[in-house]
Amino acid sequence: MSIALRTLLYKEVLRFWKVGFQTVGAPVLTALLYLLVFSHVLDRQVEVYGGVSYTAFLVPGLVMMSLLQNAFSNSSSSLIQSKVTGNIVFVLLPPISYREFYAAYVLAAVIRGLVVGAGVWLVTLWFVELPYAHPLWILFFATLGGAILASLGVIAGIWADKFDQLAAFQNFVVMPLTFLSGVFYSIHSLPAFWQTVSHVNPFFYMIDGFRYGFFGQSDVSPWISALVAGGSFVALTYATLNMLARGYKLRS
Amino acid sequence: MSDPSAALLIDGVCKRYGSLQALDHVSLTVRQGEFFGLLGPNGAGKTTLISLLAGLGRADSGVIRVMGHDVVADYRDARRNLGVVPQELVFDPFFTVRETLRIQSGYFGLRRNDDWIDEILHHLDLHTKADVNMRALSGGMKRRVLVAQALVHRPPVIVLDEPTAGVDVELRQGLWAFVRDLNRQGHTIVLTTHYLEEAESLCGRIAMLKQGRVIALDNTADLLARPIQQSLRLRLRGDVALPADLRAVARATADGRVALSLDNADAVSACLARLHAAGVGLEEIELVRPDLEDVFISIMQEAA
Repeated sequence: MSIALRTLLYKEVLRFWKVGFQTVGAPVLTALLYLLVFSHVLDRQVEVYGGVSYTAFLVPGLVMMSLLQNAFSNSSSSLIQSKVTGNIVFVLLPPISYREFYAAYVLAAVIRGLVVGAGVWLVTLWFVELPYAHPLWILFFATLGGAILASLGVIAGIWADKFDQLAAFQNFVVMPLTFLSGVFYSIHSLPAFWQTVSHVNPFFYMIDGFRYGFFGQSDVSPWISALVAGGSFVALTYATLNMLARGYKLRS
Repeated sequence: MSDPSAALLIDGVCKRYGSLQALDHVSLTVRQGEFFGLLGPNGAGKTTLISLLAGLGRADSGVIRVMGHDVVADYRDARRNLGVVPQELVFDPFFTVRETLRIQSGYFGLRRNDDWIDEILHHLDLHTKADVNMRALSGGMKRRVLVAQALVHRPPVIVLDEPTAGVDVELRQGLWAFVRDLNRQGHTIVLTTHYLEEAESLCGRIAMLKQGRVIALDNTADLLARPIQQSLRLRLRGDVALPADLRAVARATADGRVALSLDNADAVSACLARLHAAGVGLEEIELVRPDLEDVFISIMQEAA
């Protein structure tokens, strides 16, 4: 890893760490509130997998949702802020390649996603005891999911010229795909039509695969989830690198 | 193309933004060790040219080299050899001055650069602000940090894009003393400024741009020696109007005087006689040597 890449990665991590109350503490609290409300209301009424309580089912979903949303937020908000304030020039003037640029923003966003995800997991330990059937799948889907959303964040951050465009991307693309991915429910509880729709949502595979790591049960095979998530990551990486190589909206 | 050892080589560069031809076959060479001025009115293409040589934009055609390195094909070496002080007062609000400079060093592949960072901080009178967050600095201090950021990797070529815009006199003097020192040490300096007296006193050679084209490129001394009109500065007594024929060649100066551009010394005596005949009283008369501003206006008018 070059010094330039390490420095950009360090800067991006330091950037969110300096405002950790907002970038880590707040999403952990939000997830905790979701858990308290949903588990209180639904724990005795909803049965998901055999032998798995609703609260236990919900926790990996909340961890992954927080991880994905914060990975997206990190890369997208850093880029839009740098573009709007003009300090993106400090990254564009040095001899940093577009691949290093991409790697640094994605890695930093994955780190933020993992830190927030770990935070949510830690605070929910008080409420439920989780099994860890396949820890490597947990790590695999957490990292890959973070990287997918981080790449999507780089695309959104470069594409958006204004904060409201980025907010629209977050509210009309990321948020619906996250909420309709099975964070709060198993898609087997949905009508057939919505089950089919869920299967074209790549977020569903990230969360389903992540949940498999805990319970050893999932709506689809973890291998299929890995394939879809891996394919999504490759496609997004290709698209993002292509944008960066062309200097789209960065080097006019 | 000539002089591959030039600090900057710009050859046939064109850049278009939509219907605007921002640069139109711009060619010029800046030699190593020069203090070079890039002048022109707003929209002339100065900042576009700097963006292209810094890699912030891409030319539609033409070649740009920094210390012999093509800014596209060999961008890493080109950028390592270039330090740019941008025109806008930009900063990253998350970091202190020292963090900003350490991070900027890292971007250029430099670790443990603190000795040089301390030296720059000292020269720019920023050493007491090293651990202060960027947000807490005044505009002038932020401008100094921009200069420091451009210097962290000791680039042989330094481009200053309007570095003294909105900066107080004290900082301007200190900044120029430092930049002169860098130039004496062998750094090539390229300066754009709206303060033409600065360009006149600092730059050995000057290029003037208008509507994306180079319309003058010469030594500063040769530009000032151009046969241009005499400038007669007058302070009129009382509230009187100039005769109509003189009003056409007159302009008001910042200090409340009237400047008249006249073809030669004979025209000066004729002008004074005309004023006397018209009953215009004079409190003060000064015949000033044409300065760079006069030359600039003359060249811009010729190119119109």
